[in-house]
Amino acid sequence: MSATETATGTDGVGGRGTTGADEIMGRGAREGRRLFEEWFDGLTRAAEEKRPAAYVMVMGSLCEVLRTFDLPAVFPEIHSLQTAVRRVADEYLSEAEDHGFSPDVCGYVKADYALQLRGGEHPMGRIPPPAIAIVTNACNTYLKWAEIWERLYGTPVFTLDVPGTRRPVNREGMGPGNGAHDPGGFDRDRRYVEGQLREIIGACEEVSGRPFDIDRLREVLRLTNEMASSWRRLLELNRHRPAAFDAMLEGTIYLGVANVLRGTEEGATYFRDLVEEMELREREGRGPLGARAEEQHRLVFVGVPCYPMFRRFYELFSEWGGVFVGSTYTWFASGGLDREFEYDLERPIESLAEGVLLSVRHAMDSLMFQDRELIRAVDDYAVDGVVYHPIKSCRTVSTGLAASRRAVLDARDVQCLYIESDMMDKRVVSEAQLKNRIDAFFEGLESRKLRRGA
Amino acid sequence: MSAAAGSTGGTAGPGPRAGSAGPGSGPLGNGGPPAAAYDPLLPVGPGAPLEETFGALREVVEDMDFPTVRAWRERGGKVLGHFQVYFPEELAHAAGMLPVKMRGGTVERRDADSFFGSYICSVLRTTLELALTGRLAPDLFVTHPICDAARNLAGIWARNLETPVDTLYFPQNPNSSFSADYLAAEYGRVLEGIEEIAGRRVSREDLRASIRVFDENRRLLRDLYRIKREEPWKLPVHEAYVLTVVGGLVTREEHNALLADVLPRIREREAHRQDRMRVVFEGGFCEQPPLDLLSAISEFCYVVDDDLLIGLRWILDDVPAHADDPLAALARAYLDHSSYSPVQHDLRKPKEKMLLERIRASGAEAAIVSAAKMCEPGLDEQVAYAEALEREGIPFFLTEFEEQMRNFSHLQIQLETFVENHLLFEGVET
Repeated sequence: MSATETATGTDGVGGRGTTGADEIMGRGAREGRRLFEEWFDGLTRAAEEKRPAAYVMVMGSLCEVLRTFDLPAVFPEIHSLQTAVRRVADEYLSEAEDHGFSPDVCGYVKADYALQLRGGEHPMGRIPPPAIAIVTNACNTYLKWAEIWERLYGTPVFTLDVPGTRRPVNREGMGPGNGAHDPGGFDRDRRYVEGQLREIIGACEEVSGRPFDIDRLREVLRLTNEMASSWRRLLELNRHRPAAFDAMLEGTIYLGVANVLRGTEEGATYFRDLVEEMELREREGRGPLGARAEEQHRLVFVGVPCYPMFRRFYELFSEWGGVFVGSTYTWFASGGLDREFEYDLERPIESLAEGVLLSVRHAMDSLMFQDRELIRAVDDYAVDGVVYHPIKSCRTVSTGLAASRRAVLDARDVQCLYIESDMMDKRVVSEAQLKNRIDAFFEGLESRKLRRGA
Repeated sequence: MSAAAGSTGGTAGPGPRAGSAGPGSGPLGNGGPPAAAYDPLLPVGPGAPLEETFGALREVVEDMDFPTVRAWRERGGKVLGHFQVYFPEELAHAAGMLPVKMRGGTVERRDADSFFGSYICSVLRTTLELALTGRLAPDLFVTHPICDAARNLAGIWARNLETPVDTLYFPQNPNSSFSADYLAAEYGRVLEGIEEIAGRRVSREDLRASIRVFDENRRLLRDLYRIKREEPWKLPVHEAYVLTVVGGLVTREEHNALLADVLPRIREREAHRQDRMRVVFEGGFCEQPPLDLLSAISEFCYVVDDDLLIGLRWILDDVPAHADDPLAALARAYLDHSSYSPVQHDLRKPKEKMLLERIRASGAEAAIVSAAKMCEPGLDEQVAYAEALEREGIPFFLTEFEEQMRNFSHLQIQLETFVENHLLFEGVET
């Protein structure tokens, strides 16, 4: 069945009318761009109207709570990375370093610091200052970052403390994890998170001047549930050969939308439509849009992309027919959307606490103990190679990668590539060096395939 | 069942000598056996000449085969290794284990480097190196997610070493009304793991006795720092450092005996005040600067206060040992009666404000604001410290170090220039 036949024969998802295949293909990227720009426009309006905005982080954003108070959510990680994508990060980094920041610390923090000094000036609009900041301990730099806003503006900062996995599994994949040695532990941790959530709700009431509306929270949770269901379907579709989308390039774009529109009607609609597009790609055997070659090598990406040369970075793999069928970024930065969890709307706050505990813990596990999940992904997605991309700017995602690579290589006969660069700082990004390493990686993959075929 | 759940005692621990390492023991523990009821691990005992004592302590501290820990194990004792910054060592002590502060060291990295990328501090690498090579391999390792790099240590450890590892999650929201209960429960959970390894139950009374031993230790360390503040010419920073750090390598009873012996004699030392700058050294909360670097600083400065090994001095007052729930008392002390470091966020303790207080309380004229190379929390904090010191008109010297550094001549020249400039222009209106 052709794309046209599929489209004409199918009522649009949710009864929103018939949509042509040509219109569906690439809609995710187009709509994603539009929604993202609208989101930045909204922030610009909030800045101009001097409305209070909440600063939150990708891992544990608590957007569900903020939506109930109509507090615009600012994601400093996202506006910082956008300076790199738009190739102006170096200006921001230099300005922060002029104020004493070391070249060796997080580039996101430095870009945001310079942005604050510039009164919120950003290539995509204007970012309002924080009226409140809510961070989690999923990344320790979040805490240091929030202290900067405290110093600059006297911003009230709320750290949602989420206890992570206490006992990681050992090299045989055995071990108690969290539950076995401490059966009551999860419930204790959940109550701890819930207590803090109720404190945060109180703080938001104060900042927004509005009373908390539990029914509004229910509605937001319902929309997040919808988004999560679509997100999981999206990831699952890439088990198909050829994969429907590139999890490193496109996946990152979808991640952006998933974060900024979490718990909204637009977000739920966007991901429903995206699933429709990907299912169409799957049925038609189409690979990622804009791929330089047909799928030859199925890869998993571990880390954060190289934003200073984002498109080119992707091409270095795509030119060889490399497709990222999975990316740990879509695990740890999706706010738990990839997990089999649904909020229970009958007990919204308790369920939100449980969801936050699970999702933030899952994000931390995906960063620190991701080797078991990677091995599973290698099996489930028929992966030929794993690409590790540790970056100078982020020790959270990078510190354990060399050890993880050793563990994956011990467990599976799979090719691994380990390349260091950065997500923000082009001074430590060398395209020539990256290309040499990537080319050698693919030559290895190809000769391995030849040997196997012989 | 742990002490938190109300256990009332258990079997004798496997410590090296009955009653020697257990709760309430030691020369200074209230209610414990009399003085010298411990098997010494140090090569020097009370009464040895001060110079000899400092020399021997330095050798122990710099010996990367950890002779005191080895001796403890040879006697059948078990060891709990804990990573920086703070760990409630009372929990291990109450179970008859030797709590050992794992703080890396000056050791050649042969194996550990292949587990880490390029932009990672040295202390993580050398801590793992010591464990991988068996030079400092505890029976239980407890780590803490103090920073983005260190939080990965547990996973790397678990995959590559047989020794069990546990992660103690200190609350990063100490301002929440739920954090104290959470932390007490977390201590209870960790204690259960300790009991498993130690092979004995820990009672509330065991914990209370251990708290008394550590309270004594904290009092003695406060005395040591009082000497640094009041008569720094009698106790240069490198000597004060070895006296402190050795506490993380021997039983607290022995450390208490050592401090009780040497501190009065340091007070009586014949040393003359010289024209040196009184400084606070900031930046030693995790990775430790080499001893020779501290010696180099002491040539020009009196270090009147610092954050070196702040974990050993984290709790500022006595913990109420008589408390019904000793774990809750320890948790409260961690949250409410404690020092500060760049790896703890507490709205009550903005770090720059705390540094200014440290400077004022110690009568320092200036600060050496240091950070270990690649230490993100330390480097981040330098910005805030520098800004606050500038605002207050307090001179400061900004630097970085690494535990593996061997050459200090460049730093010495810079520091000498800094000190001379300050002394030369002191009191001159500009």
